Amino acid sequence: MKYIDEYRDSKLCEKLASQIAKIARGKYITLMEVCGTHTMSIARYGIKNLLPPNIQLLSGPGCPVCVTADADIDKAIAYAEKENIILTTFGDMIKVPGTFSSLSTEKSKGREIKVVYSAADALQLAISNPEKIVVFLGVGFETTIPTVAVSILDAKMNGIKNYYVLSMHKLIPPALRALLDDKEVRVDGFILPGHVSTIIGVEAYKFIPEEYGVASAITGFEPVDILQGILLLVKQIVYGKPRVENQYRRVVKEHGNPKAQRLIEEVFEPTDCEWRGLGVIPRSGLKIKDKYSDFDIEKKIKIKIQKRKKNTRCICGEILRGVKTPLDCTLFGKRCTPENPVGPCMVSSEGTCAAYYKYGFNSRAMQEEKL
Amino acid sequence: MCLGIPVKIVEKKGSVGIGEIGGVKREVDLRLVDNVKVGDYVILHAGFAIQVLDEKEAEEMLSLLREVFERL
Repeated sequence: MKYIDEYRDSKLCEKLASQIAKIARGKYITLMEVCGTHTMSIARYGIKNLLPPNIQLLSGPGCPVCVTADADIDKAIAYAEKENIILTTFGDMIKVPGTFSSLSTEKSKGREIKVVYSAADALQLAISNPEKIVVFLGVGFETTIPTVAVSILDAKMNGIKNYYVLSMHKLIPPALRALLDDKEVRVDGFILPGHVSTIIGVEAYKFIPEEYGVASAITGFEPVDILQGILLLVKQIVYGKPRVENQYRRVVKEHGNPKAQRLIEEVFEPTDCEWRGLGVIPRSGLKIKDKYSDFDIEKKIKIKIQKRKKNTRCICGEILRGVKTPLDCTLFGKRCTPENPVGPCMVSSEGTCAAYYKYGFNSRAMQEEKL
Repeated sequence: MCLGIPVKIVEKKGSVGIGEIGGVKREVDLRLVDNVKVGDYVILHAGFAIQVLDEKEAEEMLSLLREVFERL
């Protein structure tokens, strides 16, 4: 497949890997891949095995499912419990445990919960079920948010009165700032998310090298992309010249996608938001603007969720900050598996624990991490 | 969840395109991007094209990499 296969060229990967080892020259470097899609690619293509042992890759908070707080999942469940509501969601969210239940458990109890591929599909469902209230669970980062904004604008334009969004959207730059301000987190460089950057552009990350002196590279998702991104980062770190480089130039422009940005701004506005593992980050979430409140389920039906504490030994929160890895968790691979997940990082197909479980139990990199 | 794949636009009617990848075709909403032509590659995410792929950049990046490594 064009623009995929050529970026999986194994010879090019080997050359990139040896160049990385040569330039890093034994210097201990910690990089964080922010995006869950990167986490999965890194595991799938065995990238950690190609890198020298002095380069460590950590996963960050870039899986939207994983960073959704328990209380937010409880809220989604509370809406699904209401009469006459069809709750629609991306498939990844359905098995994530809230405090006491998950959407999939609720579905098995007979609640109307449907998996959709896009917000547009949820809107279609509303059109074909005019007697029902259809709620789309808006989870995702900048990549997905414009598509949800369009669904709200379409609903308004077509006079659809039974389509609503439960906005739990989150923004990547404020989360990166929160990580950089966290004294426990030690990262020399960020592998920045390619598709979030497609929307927000290169400029949005300038504060990382300028205010924190940390290396940054916007990176694509194929193995050649990732290794080239790592090479750019290693060079910035070794030569002491942190900046934002754009490895994924075929897709990411300096100013991103202004049209998509305008759509986000038209429909949503920033709000403080809780992230699993990171806590409440100022202006890191998006809520629906008042002028579109007719499509905001939180305005139509108010639900108050009491914060309750769940007692498990799950360390997803620390894993999402890159402070611990799944191998530090006593539940990993024992009580917590993809079939019976305890925490969200094992549930989501892009979660760090799921990636470790699926691809790497016996890999060299993982054996070394264990030691 | 930010998965996006490069698909080739093989048909276009207004702001709706038909994208093809590996012989599979599906509808692509083109309202988030400007000036898409039949034959262009776009990144498809949740039913939408979120960017047009710059084919020149793609070729240049690869040939530059290959060239550098040949000299090493």
